Amino acid sequence: MTAIGSDIARAVAEAAARQSYGKLIAYLAARSRDVAGAEDALADAFAAALEQWPRSGVPERPEAWLLAVARRRSVDAVRRRLTREANRDHLKLIAEEMEARMVDEDLPDERLRLMFACAHPAIEASIRAPLILQTILGFDAATIASAFLVSPAAMSQRLVRAKARIHEIGIPFRIPERAELGERLDTVLEAIYAAFAEGWSDPAGTETQRRNLATEGIWLGRLVASLMPDEPEALGLLALMLFAEARRPARRNAAGDYVPLAEQDLALWDGALIDEAEALLRHAATMELIGRYQLEAAVQSAHVARRLTGHTDWVAIRELYDALLSIVGSPVVAINRAVAIAEAEGAVAGLAALYVLGDDKRLNEYQPYWAARAGLLARLGNVSEATEAYDRAIGLERDPAVRRFLQGKRAVLRN
Amino acid sequence: MQYLLLIYNSEAGMAAASKEAAIQMSAAYGAYTEAMKKAGVFVGGERLRFTSTATSVRVAGGKTNVIDGPYADTKEQLGGYYMIDVPDMDAAISWAARCPGAGTGTMEVRPVWPMAEYMTEYTS
Repeated sequence: MTAIGSDIARAVAEAAARQSYGKLIAYLAARSRDVAGAEDALADAFAAALEQWPRSGVPERPEAWLLAVARRRSVDAVRRRLTREANRDHLKLIAEEMEARMVDEDLPDERLRLMFACAHPAIEASIRAPLILQTILGFDAATIASAFLVSPAAMSQRLVRAKARIHEIGIPFRIPERAELGERLDTVLEAIYAAFAEGWSDPAGTETQRRNLATEGIWLGRLVASLMPDEPEALGLLALMLFAEARRPARRNAAGDYVPLAEQDLALWDGALIDEAEALLRHAATMELIGRYQLEAAVQSAHVARRLTGHTDWVAIRELYDALLSIVGSPVVAINRAVAIAEAEGAVAGLAALYVLGDDKRLNEYQPYWAARAGLLARLGNVSEATEAYDRAIGLERDPAVRRFLQGKRAVLRN
Repeated sequence: MQYLLLIYNSEAGMAAASKEAAIQMSAAYGAYTEAMKKAGVFVGGERLRFTSTATSVRVAGGKTNVIDGPYADTKEQLGGYYMIDVPDMDAAISWAARCPGAGTGTMEVRPVWPMAEYMTEYTS
């Protein structure tokens, strides 16, 4: 084979890795309940593929090939641990039988089960999203660590510990039953949304690893929505992510500066993504089970309606935030609601809604609170307090473009 | 898999409870134990006397130290346990949640480490 042939083989192997990684890990781990072991075995199989395929050609069914090799590896690993001859022969028989059955059998998709295992309530909440990213998408610990602002060594250790925990405490690989689905599905959706949000809040919009996280979050959202088409919140989350993604090109101007929603160039919004999101949201609404993701997506839908109507219906948005606040009593929702109130009823009412939050300690380091407060105070002509609030917001912002934007607002105030 | 369900509750709260409440709690435990047996998951389980009856023993430098009191001085105390045999963690959690003690204190769920598995995983 020529060098080009080798490149093609490598590309095919990488495409197979990209598309099949999570499927194969899920399939292997669902049987052994050993995620780490499945990863080791599959890593060996990919190494073998990259070494052999450029010479022998890419097999007709790359997934089945990889699975067969990975499975042989994991059987070998178990065999090494066992001493008794009788066991070895027995295992060999099982392995051969399994492989024979595998050849023509379609690979069942076990990714959803694996996701539910990773998002299990007995797994520490902050490691669930990273664990899903690693097991389903094959992200390495260093990439995940940089996105979640943790050192690679610490992240790697926590992922290893979480995988061991799945195995040791007997977390099942199963889709929860209807009655217990609520909280568990919430956890899976939360983990996906956390992954997406990490990529979405990418400060400069240039770090490919982070942008990847947003793309992969959407990919996972599509996966869950396709595997659970009757779960309105799964559809709601996908719609929410698509609405946000559709506006990505409009978030920065040519100079890389931050452009607030109200000033975005509507022509830059991705109409196809918006249409898809709208359709998902409408379909979810027919199931008559409203939840936070549908409500948040509905807010986004109200914002993008400006594309057609030319104005933003702040009264409707405020009502959606009222409903959202009754479900998710977070200060983040309360701030957005206050901003909507300010738009619908005026800055005084908006500020009053903000002040109700009082001295919630979490707000001390929450930039949007100070930015919203500064904006409203500025509108009321309270220069000194507005300046102070802008200073707090600027000091809390990690995105240089948003920082510049806020500094600009603050400068205008002074003149 | 076998799991140990450890029941942690406030002894002070228990001591302060009325006689009626204590009787009601005992009846709830009786029904719970019976349900476990009927479901075929019960391996064993007992109540423990208050930690005031606990004695901690430790050998250091060949000398046996016997100390009056429990190993850990905590807000809630280990008051009893169940050993169950169920397919997975979800089943163990749902049994733990049904325990009358879960409503007044905390249940700790711990998988049993089978000796054979321990030998291959940990010592090899």
